[in-house]
Amino acid sequence: MAQNILEMINITKTFPGVKALDRVNLQVKAGEIHALVGENGAGKSTLMNVLSGIYPYGSYEGKVKYMGKECRFTNIKDSERVGIAFIHQELALSPYMTIAENIFLGNERQKMGVINWDHTNREARKLMERVGLREKPDAMIKDIGVGKQQLVEIAKALGKEAKLLILDEPTAALNDEDSDHLLNLLMELNEKQGLTCIIISHKINEITKISDQITVIRDGATIETLVRGEDEITEGRIIKGMVGRELVDRFPKRTSHIGEVGFEVRDWVVYDPMDEDRIKIDHVSFNVRKGEVLGLAGLMGAGRTELAMSIFGKAYGKRIHGHIIKDGKELYIKSVSDAIDNGIAYLTEDRKNMGLIQIQDIRENIALPNLKKMGKYGVVNDNVEIQEAEVYREKLNIRSSSIFQNTGNLSGGNQQKVVISKWIAAEPDVLILDEPTRGIDVGAKYEIYTIINQLADEGKCVVVISSELPEILGICDRIYILNEGRIVGEMSKEEASQESIMQRIIQSSSDERVAQ
Amino acid sequence: MENVWKKFKEIVRSNMRQYAMLIITVVIMVLFQILTDGILLKPRNVSKLIYQNSYILILAVGMVLCILTGGNIDLSVGSMVAMISAFSAVFSVFWGLPPWIAIILGLLMGLLGGMWQGFFIAYVKVPPFITTLAGMMLFRGVNNLILRGETIGLPQAYITLASGVIPDFLGSSEDLHMTTVYIGILMAVIYVLFSIATRTNKKKQGFEVQSTGMFITQMVGISAVINLFTYWLALDDGLPIILIVIAALIGIYTFITTKTTAGRHIYALGGNAKAAELSGVSTKKVMFWVYANMGLLAALAGIVFAGRLNSASPTAGDKFELEAIAACFIGGASATGGVGTVIGAVIGAFIMGILNNGMSIIGLSIFWMDIIKGLVLMAAVAFDVYSKSRAKKSV
Repeated sequence: MAQNILEMINITKTFPGVKALDRVNLQVKAGEIHALVGENGAGKSTLMNVLSGIYPYGSYEGKVKYMGKECRFTNIKDSERVGIAFIHQELALSPYMTIAENIFLGNERQKMGVINWDHTNREARKLMERVGLREKPDAMIKDIGVGKQQLVEIAKALGKEAKLLILDEPTAALNDEDSDHLLNLLMELNEKQGLTCIIISHKINEITKISDQITVIRDGATIETLVRGEDEITEGRIIKGMVGRELVDRFPKRTSHIGEVGFEVRDWVVYDPMDEDRIKIDHVSFNVRKGEVLGLAGLMGAGRTELAMSIFGKAYGKRIHGHIIKDGKELYIKSVSDAIDNGIAYLTEDRKNMGLIQIQDIRENIALPNLKKMGKYGVVNDNVEIQEAEVYREKLNIRSSSIFQNTGNLSGGNQQKVVISKWIAAEPDVLILDEPTRGIDVGAKYEIYTIINQLADEGKCVVVISSELPEILGICDRIYILNEGRIVGEMSKEEASQESIMQRIIQSSSDERVAQ
Repeated sequence: MENVWKKFKEIVRSNMRQYAMLIITVVIMVLFQILTDGILLKPRNVSKLIYQNSYILILAVGMVLCILTGGNIDLSVGSMVAMISAFSAVFSVFWGLPPWIAIILGLLMGLLGGMWQGFFIAYVKVPPFITTLAGMMLFRGVNNLILRGETIGLPQAYITLASGVIPDFLGSSEDLHMTTVYIGILMAVIYVLFSIATRTNKKKQGFEVQSTGMFITQMVGISAVINLFTYWLALDDGLPIILIVIAALIGIYTFITTKTTAGRHIYALGGNAKAAELSGVSTKKVMFWVYANMGLLAALAGIVFAGRLNSASPTAGDKFELEAIAACFIGGASATGGVGTVIGAVIGAFIMGILNNGMSIIGLSIFWMDIIKGLVLMAAVAFDVYSKSRAKKSV
């Protein structure tokens, strides 16, 4: 039996207000492929950030033992030095540099600060061969596809003589062919060269194919470790481990009063703004009834945010076409302000970077989309503005010193209430809420669910996008399931369960594979 | 008593930035008042300060809007000043148009130049630094092309606008420009009435207002400052016409930035461009008009400067852009955008002006003047960054 190359013992990591990891244990054997699975926000990435030193020693509790010795990494360089390489979901390559330059970035083949190019290119070629990358070493990163870029990342790790490779969602951005190639490469490196891998992935089918052991994390705690050859390793078994929690009373009760269809999207098509030939949203149609809370479920990268933002005044995407129908009339929306004028509001998933102006106060943030209504002839009536802000501070219980407090100083939950206020104040008929409870504590979540219920009771069409399936199941009347830019299922509240939704997603992915 | 002191300290701390700027201005004034043996604040020199700094002040008002959009600057304004001074010569001397038409045409040319730059910045997405660097060369070139290196005298109207005073309708005293004194009194009365109206309105709606004592103190204080200032000017030649123009500009732009949708959109864009866009702000339009407006104000500065020199000149406006940018940052504008005020930029420009004027009265060499101005700019921005990082920590 191979011995453990890595042991993480009782790791606990707390963020202000949230316990992200609670005595998590992870044992990785030398020379194996170890998969880490769990829902979004379960704590997988946090755990890997502890391991790689992104969260330095001292900011967490517990022990990290690597090759039998306890490690106290204070930054990522420390972990790299002993042979741990972390490949992030967003690749860390410099697009305007060549493959060879990227492979040896920060690890240059040099003497006294002068780079030896012959040596660099020769070594790069060797590494590229090892990962099966058929390109010239002097090709620029921006000119090669994402799949090949992923290979460059691996070559870069091998160039640093990595013994333990961590891959965070390595296939999320890849097509099937590139994914297969990458997975085969990992197995080959693992078998022939004894490279140990930890792979984080949502694609359960890939996990079952390549991993020797699978550790399931849920709500910041280790649930179980499945061993190939001992335990049953099937998609169903893994999903059960991932979602098998009991639903306590985390959601306020509501009796829905659902009316007629208030908002409808038909044949919606959107292309990637970076690559105009790549389709992001593929003929999506859906409708929302008045007084209904509609859920859009799907994994990260399924296209939910892209769908919502493209509807909201073409804030995302290129070559958008399709129909938006509200109250039986087709709308032609060209800009975000058109969308707002037509009674559509979109709450962004990225509160800090796209939702709030953190250097401005609560009042100014709430007023921003509503300035037209708050005055005449382009002059803002600040009395009205202050009154509005006071109303929402009271109504949504925004805990703050006053409406003149800068939003940058508020807690996550209260910041979210400010952003919600801003959109309720716009008096929309259709509200799209993208990850409305991301990164906020349980108490504030409950308050936000209550607000969502109130909005639905007022007869508004509410669309909730969430990566947390229990949340979707807890608050929505009806659920659409998105995968790879398409709607792959529609379920009523009664039909839906975490297993059935996950099943539908996985099934649609493999259906497509068969079709191809 | 202790309570009052505590409250006072709290007020000072929460308004540290605004007070710091005023305190620095006063300190610099007192310092140079002493160093110049009292020449700095003599009525004659106060008028001179206004005339000498009018064009930088006008530029700073426009520049602060550019900076608000995200720390963007306009490097072309100095060249724009030169180009408009040359066009003023074309319109009023070569073509012989009446001065007021020439002035309006000059302003239009500036607006066009600004729109040209605004178009590239907002719609073609060329970074403002590069667009305005190109404009800096382009506009300077146009000036040289028109003037061919010569200096051309301008009609009296330009000179009156830049260096004239209002006529003394009520002239009765020999040493005192009475109209100026009365204007001061009138301004103070208008100010008091307006403040009372605002306060009553706020009270009626149930908002918190400052205590009556504070309110009265503020009224009296500001009225006194206004009257002292106008009296001082009356001791010299009277109220400069250009001061009326500047006061109107400050009023208009303060109103735009604080009270209008357009102003809010500028601050929102600088505070977080993505959030602003997702809130329905047309960021392109805002960018375009901010730079178009900068062109318009630079043209006004160009006309005033040409009037001040009595002529259109090939070297007009040299380094004005840097003075205006420095004024904004000294006045508390943030280099990342979203923070700053028109009044701050004006005070910043005055600090620069007093430094320039004071040092030249003392007879300091021009080399030392640049060194000192550089250090003041560095200190002002360093203090700003430092106080902000401390404020963040304390939360």
